[in-house]
Amino acid sequence: MLNRQGRPTTPGVAAQSEHPTFTGNKALSQIEPLIFETGRLETTGVDYEAPRPFTSRLGGLERQSEIGLPGLSEPEAMRHYVRLSQKNYGIDTGLFPLGSCTMKHNPRLNEKIARMPGFSDVHPLQPVSTIQGALEVMHTLSHWLMELTGMDAVALSPKAGAHGELCGMMAIKAAIAAKGESATRNVVLVPDSAHGTNPATAALIHFIVKPVPVREDGTVDPAVVASLAGPDTAAIMLTNPNTCGLFEKDVVAIADAIHAAGGYFYADGANFNAIVGKARPGDLGVDAMHINLHKTFSTPHGGGGPGAGPVVLSELLAPFAPVPFVRHTEVGFELVESEADAANHGAHAFGRMTAFHGQMGMYVRALSYMLSHGADGLRQASEDAVLNANYVRACLADLMSLPFGNRPCMHEVLFDDAWLKDTGVTTLDFAKAMIDEGYHPMTVYFPLVVHGAMLIEPTESESRASLDLFIATLRDLAMSVKRGETERFTGAPYHAPVRRMDETRAARNPILKYTPPQAALEAAE
Amino acid sequence: MRYLPLTSEDRSGMLAKIGVDQIDALFADIPSNKLLKHLPKLPLHKGELEVERLMGRMSARSVAASSVPFFVGAGAYKHHIPATVDHLIQRSEFLTSYTPYQPEIAQGTLQYLFEFQTQVAALTGMDVANASMYDGSTGCGEAVLMAHRITKRNKAILSGGLHPHYADVVQTLSDMAQAECVTLPPDVVASEDILSQIDNTVSCVVVQTPDFFGNLRDLRAIADKCHANGALLIAVFTEVMSLGLITPPGEMGADIVVGEGQSIGNALNFGGPYVGLFATKSQYVRQMPGRLCGETVDADGTRGFVLTLSTREQHIRRDKATSNICTNSGLCTLAFTIHMSLLGQAGLKRVAEINHANAVKLVDQLSAIKGVSVLNQSFFNEFAVRLPGDAAHIVEQLASRHVMAGVPVSRLLPHAGLDDVVLVANTEVNSDEDRQAFVDALKEVLSC
Repeated sequence: MLNRQGRPTTPGVAAQSEHPTFTGNKALSQIEPLIFETGRLETTGVDYEAPRPFTSRLGGLERQSEIGLPGLSEPEAMRHYVRLSQKNYGIDTGLFPLGSCTMKHNPRLNEKIARMPGFSDVHPLQPVSTIQGALEVMHTLSHWLMELTGMDAVALSPKAGAHGELCGMMAIKAAIAAKGESATRNVVLVPDSAHGTNPATAALIHFIVKPVPVREDGTVDPAVVASLAGPDTAAIMLTNPNTCGLFEKDVVAIADAIHAAGGYFYADGANFNAIVGKARPGDLGVDAMHINLHKTFSTPHGGGGPGAGPVVLSELLAPFAPVPFVRHTEVGFELVESEADAANHGAHAFGRMTAFHGQMGMYVRALSYMLSHGADGLRQASEDAVLNANYVRACLADLMSLPFGNRPCMHEVLFDDAWLKDTGVTTLDFAKAMIDEGYHPMTVYFPLVVHGAMLIEPTESESRASLDLFIATLRDLAMSVKRGETERFTGAPYHAPVRRMDETRAARNPILKYTPPQAALEAAE
Repeated sequence: MRYLPLTSEDRSGMLAKIGVDQIDALFADIPSNKLLKHLPKLPLHKGELEVERLMGRMSARSVAASSVPFFVGAGAYKHHIPATVDHLIQRSEFLTSYTPYQPEIAQGTLQYLFEFQTQVAALTGMDVANASMYDGSTGCGEAVLMAHRITKRNKAILSGGLHPHYADVVQTLSDMAQAECVTLPPDVVASEDILSQIDNTVSCVVVQTPDFFGNLRDLRAIADKCHANGALLIAVFTEVMSLGLITPPGEMGADIVVGEGQSIGNALNFGGPYVGLFATKSQYVRQMPGRLCGETVDADGTRGFVLTLSTREQHIRRDKATSNICTNSGLCTLAFTIHMSLLGQAGLKRVAEINHANAVKLVDQLSAIKGVSVLNQSFFNEFAVRLPGDAAHIVEQLASRHVMAGVPVSRLLPHAGLDDVVLVANTEVNSDEDRQAFVDALKEVLSC
């Protein structure tokens, strides 16, 4: 076919999927070298006039060696990083069903607000009289978090979820010390289904981790907790909803069992997004819980951070919260920055988690998100997240295997690999085939309590049409497995910017930075 | 609600497909007496316009650094960030991606992490760097724990020139991890005797350069004494830009180098998010906390990058992990990497020279004021100034005259007897007019 200019509008030859190119690029898929291979040592993309000659006062510590880092002009830098970005999958690219990670829509209003000068261009150590607006954000965010969780206090400063866990467990350790029980009360119960951060956190501050087996229905049995708890129990770390996507229905009995033994209830709030506006951890007997602002309240994950992990605390633990914290007085907002100052306000702060006051950039985004949703929108978001996950469950239950039966889940649905048995296709292969279909895979091989786990969290950000296409795709893949089309899986991905990566090789011979070819050659000799 | 695509028709159709008649059937595992009957006592949803207006009012109630002559530092610094940086980090594919657990669709993130690690290793003069920590202070705490693992000892010596917040973070972590931590008294003029503290019971010595008071420190003798006693030297910095001009800690014998990377690529943000830099020697790589990105090949032999050596990490090792860190500073590392790629070594050296030149100018101007003295023998872009009066009070008075003069030492060290000392930072953003405004305002305040 020709158009009116005589230009052909159909391909001249039969389309061929593989056709080598001179550059190795494939249209929009570009091979991009490292900056160290293209930049030049004398180049810079930032113009500054040299200072007038002066006598330096570096005390004889001037750098003698070359740094060895090339620079790029602005257009080169722009193109380099744009091309790199095109090799990444984000929420804005498509459905991102990464269970436990909560990849929901990141509103751009929040980015705009985070860049307002009163938030982005203020220094943490300016005179307090000049940072009243920033402190107001912290105070308002604290109010929302306490109201939504039904808890008495909040420590905002932890930098991410695991840091929040550490903060909460430190508060518990401080409370135990205050009762004079440090020597004897040092065991932390952690269910097998927990995130790896839970046992790692407990061990970091010298608690002894005692695993709690998960019962057949995927939840924790309060009778087992009661049998494991005793005078040596410091705390239980329980994720609720748990990592199997189930609400711990006996949570109140579990809390009672721990409290009866004199221990504290730490809740991992990674999955709080399922129950915001539906139930309050404070009503369930929780003593401390971190909240991942980058999950529940939609601050962007940014390729692995930054996050923010405020910790809400019960009345018992509130006095031990670390510095700093904000106080609202008649004259305005003030910042309590030292343990001595905290003591003046009747608190027994256990110390400090980080320099300055925490992740202000994330506070602003989370607060904007909360204000936008309001109490009604937050509850609706939880309901939609749970509805979407259950819809996926209902539409796939006949083809894929549910380890705990076809029963309602919370915001994420967990499949195992029983249905892949003897097909020659593994959970990993299935995940990689999803990449070819244009989806980010679900969380795989976590939680550890089921074999070949596939944890799907669609979030509330997906429309029904989007879910229907996702479900149809997974059904097609599942049927393909059942038909024995293993190559579609074992060789996948075929269409990603790179083929399946050799992770074993990376670990066996770690190459952790760029070395110029000549230097690499010499090092090898 | 503009962020929620489901319609009420969708919802009822989906409930029917699931086989329940109302949404609360899906919440049946929540004890019915704990299921909230009413909405939380919080305002209802708002449109974009209203939210922007509300937050804008709060923003306006703080004084932005760019709006006044600004000399506040003490661990966070106001620098110029090229417009390119903020544009690029807002690319959807960077901003809305996750930790690169699926490397085939995360090569963008992985490649910049590899570039980041290379840049950090070169700047610090070390063999390897990780893919970032939350910030300098938490990185410092992790470095001390790492030294304890390597030396199988548990006593840290902290220099009196270490940023007080960093010392507090290490102290808190040490108390909780039942490790010993000895913090030397505040050391304004870098005259402390660290060497006599080092013996074969010490795991590590933590020294900052430029230190909290701005002094540059030669670490070589400390490194030698550490190594003779089987201890490690942890070198800390809070101003990464200094590494464009001064001898990197790696060349002075440091075993672990940690610091704050905010100055390159990242705005002040009222203290966070920032980006912790963490580097060490090759032989200690398996004891490092945090993520590492490594080079490998794909099934076709094409070069690519993956997260590697993850057997150190919490999601594999659980209670035996080197750290509990999971999420780190992803997007802040990207900002760092882009800004650093634009600078290159030539640009970094140049901007570092300007920082130092500006600081030298201000030191001379302030020293000329009667009753005012600069305490440093050496400095990069920040120094300690003794004022004839209470520094916090004078800083407040200067703020009311629209000059942000610096950080009174008493704010971070309330009981150190340094109430008359202020830390003054001076970067490439400060003009001659800014410095003159500072000097004039200070003279005025002192003459009142």
